[in-house]
Amino acid sequence: MKKEFRNTIILLVIGVILFLILSFLMDTEILNRYYGRIVILICINVILAVSLNLIIGITGQLTLGHAGFMSIGAYAAAMATIQLNVTFPVALLLGGVAAGLIGYLIGLPTLSLKGDYLAITTLGFGEIIRVVITNIDQLGGGRGLSGIPPKTTFAWVFFIMVFTILIIYNIARSSQGRAMMSVREDEIAAEAMGINTTKYKIMAFVIGSFFAGIAGGLFSHYLMYIKPEQFGFLKSVDLVTYVVMGGMGSLTGSVLSTGILTILPEFLRFMNDYRMIIYPIALIVIMRFRPQGLMGTKELSMKIFDKFSKGSDEDAAFKGK
Amino acid sequence: MQLLKVNDLTIKFGGLTAVSDFALNLSDHDLVGLIGPNGAGKTTIFNMLTGVYAPTSGTIEFNGEFIQGIKPYDITKKRIARTFQNIRLFKDLTVLDNVKISFNYNVKYNLFHSILRLPKFIREEAEIEKKALEILKVFNLDGKRDELACNLPYGEQRRLEIARALAAEPKLLLLDEPAAGMNPQETHELMGLINWVRDEFKIAILLIEHDMKLVMGVCERIIVVDYGKVIAQGSPDEIKNNPKVIEAYLGEEVTDA
Repeated sequence: MKKEFRNTIILLVIGVILFLILSFLMDTEILNRYYGRIVILICINVILAVSLNLIIGITGQLTLGHAGFMSIGAYAAAMATIQLNVTFPVALLLGGVAAGLIGYLIGLPTLSLKGDYLAITTLGFGEIIRVVITNIDQLGGGRGLSGIPPKTTFAWVFFIMVFTILIIYNIARSSQGRAMMSVREDEIAAEAMGINTTKYKIMAFVIGSFFAGIAGGLFSHYLMYIKPEQFGFLKSVDLVTYVVMGGMGSLTGSVLSTGILTILPEFLRFMNDYRMIIYPIALIVIMRFRPQGLMGTKELSMKIFDKFSKGSDEDAAFKGK
Repeated sequence: MQLLKVNDLTIKFGGLTAVSDFALNLSDHDLVGLIGPNGAGKTTIFNMLTGVYAPTSGTIEFNGEFIQGIKPYDITKKRIARTFQNIRLFKDLTVLDNVKISFNYNVKYNLFHSILRLPKFIREEAEIEKKALEILKVFNLDGKRDELACNLPYGEQRRLEIARALAAEPKLLLLDEPAAGMNPQETHELMGLINWVRDEFKIAILLIEHDMKLVMGVCERIIVVDYGKVIAQGSPDEIKNNPKVIEAYLGEEVTDA
């Protein structure tokens, strides 16, 4: 069990160091505003991908409506700031809770469906959320919602991302996480071993939606202007791509692939129109040669640190002799 | 002591009566076999006992409580565990995690304890790990704790499935064709294992099996079903010589044995 804490602390230390390096680079303009923007978008996408991984990768429920929950968070948090004048963290929390609540209401009837049926239903719900928002004038309707104060800073995004990863990592490695994985592996066997499969599906769905809502809040307070099209079906598909590409169930895989796939289109900008050919080809190539995703089901850092510490243990034993 | 009392258990799928008026009494330490030709309704009976199907009529009384029609995961909490005809392990999880999942329904800590890694979480997880390893050790699988379940050889997968069921601390264990796909040597070892499990864990076992050598070898009492009805029950010797049973299904194999 000491290992649990060690991993947490290692992750936090890496997080802080990475944060200091990145904010130093941004402050000194070595990373200009354009790159800074990409870094922030990566962090937001990582929150979305990691939370989606809990639903798709760990619990095995293919959902195509994650962008819908992001939009609920984005709009709820924005309205909370504009109308209610609450502080930023409260607004983010409200966005998360709103998305989680809707996630619960949608999850209740849909999560008894399996596989492709669930995918299609969640796709439908994602679109319904978008259409409903488009038709509410108070939310700006199709014109979009502007005048959201810019409150999202790099520090907010980065540390919320780190805590999201930590929380979902800790959930995955607990009795609740094991129950979710048993649902993914074999629902009938899980029920026979005392797992209330519906309860754990909904738990994963609500937690995933909650963090999608928080990511939405960060997103709206960063761009200052949001419109329903930003949260369409294509955004959901992008997020599913991050998860599949990184490896189902691997959180570090999601982080890695989100980083790569967010940077890639920007990096390919010099190719102009060919960009949109290269990007899908890259996806096809990865899927052809690594169908299990970049990381499979394994986690990157933890294995390596285990190896390191084993190495040092052996060294110590050796010196002891 | 009376453990399980099944009365008039009937299930209909549309116009088809799959099982009718099934009755069964099990005591604390019984080892009973359920046999019958293919399609006789044996697995359907298991599925009713474990809550997969709700019976159309009839009662299942277990440990003094009526449990017919409640959910499978609640049945587990009442201390009935099962294995499956076609192995249903959590294939991409480790051997240890497979067993740990059985402890889930007993876990007292909640999501917040998990997220914050509070002492309650750490204490209970250590306890679960200890108990899971003990059970793996009993089944001689502790050396493979970190292997994925799908990478185990067939016989060990069967053993792991029984280990996982026992980790749920049942009073009644239902084994659905435990010897399916095993060679004679493995079946022989399995017979020893079943007897040993019953004595060591002090539980009752009800098993479905087509391998007559196993059924006749380990069961104290045998129930024969055909077309959803009990056609005979008694000791292995009585069953062997029952003309109705021979007619329905057993034929020469048993008279040879």
